[in-house]
Amino acid sequence: MSALLDHLPEFWQGLVVTLQMTAASFAGAAVVGLVIVAMRVGPVPVLRTVATVYVETLQNLPLLVLLVLAVFGLPEIGLKAGLTTTAVVVIALYEGAYIAEALRSGVNAISSGQGEAARALGLTFGQSLRHVVLPQALRTVVQPIGNIFIALTMNTSLAAAVGVVELTAAANRVNLLEAQPIPIFVGAGLAYAAVAACAGFVTGRLERRLAVAR
Amino acid sequence: MSNLLFDEPGPRARRRIRLATVAGVLVLLALVALAVRQFAANGQLAAERWQPYATWPMWRYLLGGLWSTALAAVVSAAIAMAGGIALALGRLSRRRAVRLPAAAYVEAVRTIPALLLVYLVLFALPRYGLDLPLFWKLVAPLAVSNAAAFAEIFRAGIMSVERGQGEAALALGLTHGQSMRLVVLPQAARRVLPSIVSQSVGLLKDTSLGFVVSYAELLYSGKVLANYNGLLIQTYIVVALVYLVVNASLSALARSLDRSVAGRGGPRRRKIIRVPR
Repeated sequence: MSALLDHLPEFWQGLVVTLQMTAASFAGAAVVGLVIVAMRVGPVPVLRTVATVYVETLQNLPLLVLLVLAVFGLPEIGLKAGLTTTAVVVIALYEGAYIAEALRSGVNAISSGQGEAARALGLTFGQSLRHVVLPQALRTVVQPIGNIFIALTMNTSLAAAVGVVELTAAANRVNLLEAQPIPIFVGAGLAYAAVAACAGFVTGRLERRLAVAR
Repeated sequence: MSNLLFDEPGPRARRRIRLATVAGVLVLLALVALAVRQFAANGQLAAERWQPYATWPMWRYLLGGLWSTALAAVVSAAIAMAGGIALALGRLSRRRAVRLPAAAYVEAVRTIPALLLVYLVLFALPRYGLDLPLFWKLVAPLAVSNAAAFAEIFRAGIMSVERGQGEAALALGLTHGQSMRLVVLPQAARRVLPSIVSQSVGLLKDTSLGFVVSYAELLYSGKVLANYNGLLIQTYIVVALVYLVVNASLSALARSLDRSVAGRGGPRRRKIIRVPR
């Protein structure tokens, strides 16, 4: 137990990095997901294909492979960026594909009358997406997106494997110093569980507040 | 769904679509050109840096890695599925004493990163005198974390079987266990097959954690190879392509299973939204 308490600053630092990475990559993933889903439900065949290929590719590659490729491979072609930045960008691109899929299933759940009504009112594609379709789609997929958020938090730990010192890596380092794995790893696990519990609580509240009576 | 958001395009819409197509293609070409330029400027396009991947010894090595990946994935999937069925039945049990621990396991494991479990097995267990062989250091944490995911899939499957099926079995005089085993589970298994396959894609992706364990699966083999021949980006691109081909085939299988399950008059399932792993 004392191993945990003696090294609270390291743990805290790791948790902060994890939270920052989670927030930044989730924001990025949301943007990527919105763009991809707009391309995928739009009328332009080329963009639909590109979006489909993007989603299929990223969903079928392990995140760790992407991280390794970006962290060790990209400097070889002259693209150098900070370690954490690279990890955040890769995670955002990866999770963006999942968010796009979640949003797309939300868009599919909307009755076609909504889209027809929006067009009948003379809204353009972008307008009907922005004002009619996406707001409703988002409401139906609050829970899945919450699950993606939790999974994303867990996935930021993979950045430890390429050298980012976030919570998992911090726990590992403290363990190498103190050699008391059980309290240290349980402590780190509890921190992750707490983040997930918060996310679950927030999505639960959001879902109830945004629920549409149908 | 294809035309939820747009009608059959008229002349003006067709012009806009053409415009967007041209713009999209131009952006794509620009990206490709940029990538090629970066590769070329750093000498990574040179033929001798790609040539090795046209030779058999290189591929024999990588395919050996792929074989280990498949082995780890199959073994951990088998254990995780058995555990998953047990946990699902536990969560649906009539006894609280069984239901609560099963639910606690599923909820707890869902919120622990797989990498943390790997570290636990790598660094914690040896200290308590349990030093697993390398293979199990990768398979054990994967089985533990995926058992929870499989449990949720099986639970959803069991709950999707109409109540009447179980009730009819009980009315015929089968015991609770028999009705589960002979009537409900076979139907549930058929319905969850597509989800099981797509979850297995996730598990196969998880085996890349062998990179951390230094178990010679595909990604770790790639790392060893890259350290040996110095072709970092080429090796990792080839490794990524191998993963992509294998997983995309599995995903396609899941989709076609999904269609055939739906076609056989199964109930309309809500589309599963995959969670990133």
